[in-house]
Amino acid sequence: MSTDALFHLNITNSAYIIAAILFIVGLKQLGSPATARNGNRMSALAMLIAVLATVVGNDIASWEWILGGAIIGSGIGAYSARKIAMTSMPQLVAIFNGFGGAASAIIAADELIHLIDGGGAIAEDVSITIMASVIVGSVTLTGSFVAFGKLQGLVPTRPILLPIRNVINVALLIGMVASTVWLIIDPSMTAFLIAGAIALALGILVVIPIGGADMPVVIALLNSYSGIAGAATGFVLGNNILIISGSLVGASGIILTRIMTKAMNRSLANVMLGGFGVEDGASSSGSDDDRPVTSIQAEDAAMMLAYAQSVIFVPGYGLAVAQAQHQVRELADLLKAKGISVRYAIHPVAGRMPGHMNVLLAEANVPYDELKDLDEINGEFQRTDVAVVIGANDVTNPSARTDKSSPIYGMPILNVDQAQSVIILKRSMSSGFAGVQNELFFLDKTQMLFGDAKASIEKIVSEVKDL
Amino acid sequence: MFDAEALIIALTVFVLAIFIGYEVITKVPPTLHTPLMSGSNAISGIVIVGALLVAGQADGITGQILGAIAVGLAMINVVGGFMVTDRMLKMFKRSGQK
Repeated sequence: MSTDALFHLNITNSAYIIAAILFIVGLKQLGSPATARNGNRMSALAMLIAVLATVVGNDIASWEWILGGAIIGSGIGAYSARKIAMTSMPQLVAIFNGFGGAASAIIAADELIHLIDGGGAIAEDVSITIMASVIVGSVTLTGSFVAFGKLQGLVPTRPILLPIRNVINVALLIGMVASTVWLIIDPSMTAFLIAGAIALALGILVVIPIGGADMPVVIALLNSYSGIAGAATGFVLGNNILIISGSLVGASGIILTRIMTKAMNRSLANVMLGGFGVEDGASSSGSDDDRPVTSIQAEDAAMMLAYAQSVIFVPGYGLAVAQAQHQVRELADLLKAKGISVRYAIHPVAGRMPGHMNVLLAEANVPYDELKDLDEINGEFQRTDVAVVIGANDVTNPSARTDKSSPIYGMPILNVDQAQSVIILKRSMSSGFAGVQNELFFLDKTQMLFGDAKASIEKIVSEVKDL
Repeated sequence: MFDAEALIIALTVFVLAIFIGYEVITKVPPTLHTPLMSGSNAISGIVIVGALLVAGQADGITGQILGAIAVGLAMINVVGGFMVTDRMLKMFKRSGQK
């Protein structure tokens, strides 16, 4: 290698170290909402440095195609980032994961074409990493697209179970191993394409049996896969910045997956094997329960809130569906003006992805220091006068703590039942995703306010104003 | 030939980076988990580096087109990921902060 080329290589690798440090510090700054925006900029700077270092340090033969791809990609990215509604963030993340996986798979294909064209033998470690990259990338691609389809309502959200899916999955896995061995012994595009096709099919088969309510876990897991696919590409090209950044994303996805499975009362192994989220056929009507509940009107609710000292709002996804975030914030502002303490209790699965509800409330200008997670808020309910549950159900069901026969037993819940009194905004007496009746509704301290969440809160707001 | 030394070094980097990622990311509060996901999405767009490398070395037209597609897909992640994360983080405000 000439001294000039070596010099360039050293500059590139030094720049990669700086980029890696900036990525890590950037992620560290995501540790607090006050520094998070700066952290994100730091990561973006790291990306810029990595790209420039790559361009400077390598002989790039032709620019036309690369520039074309970069401009189109940037345009699509910028457009979707600006236009996406915050309620649709899970779809955006899902489809971006898919693109990341696709990029990894295509890079592996391109590298293999280059190696085959160059003649000569391909080392075993290179063959293996090429296969790892295309397999993880392809599974991420189709898996993410199915997840996107389920979130967007294009694919049925109920679990779709093929009769002999386990047999099919095992057959596909065997085919994948066989084609990998084939590629190692005799490098050819055929073996590569077979493995790719199998991985694409596997991505669909792994996600299609999963119910819509479990999509938060799936997105977190695919997030992790997209990182691991990037790291695998780093092994193919012998490039450390890819390995480091890919691993960071992989770790992040795995942590979020664990948090979500814990919050949903499932094991990680259960998730990894797929086929979860299947309703066990239990009746989900719950309407045969004719125990009496106490129902109230908006003016009574307004009275209770206005004369309380402390209030906790418990938002669920129903709140976002009703687009009632802004009305809730308006009500909170009125109560705070009366000197009442207002906080929000956010369960990890309150939205459609980890932290989703926090973003939806932040969009409605709710200050982040009023948003409390499970551990922070659960001790506070006992000292709270009124808890207002809006569009949340299973995550407030006290049976999860007490009733061993309940399907949700052991799931971490918000201890809403410990508040002095509870107001529940709900359309009807239907049960939640788990198909279990919520014992909270039948407590003496609980008042039901039936109707559309947005309309109900608007009425409460005007009643509080008139007091 | 099989380069065991390079593979071991790559594995070392991989394992250490996973540990660092785990330590750093467990400290991200639940309230920022969505920006964390979209931000890490943007970081997984680092495959842009790989895309540039293979696109730059491609000899035939197939290789060049594949490389350009990979560059485009990675750029969607990079630009879209960082921008949407910034858009979200901009909305997070403390009490009394305008």
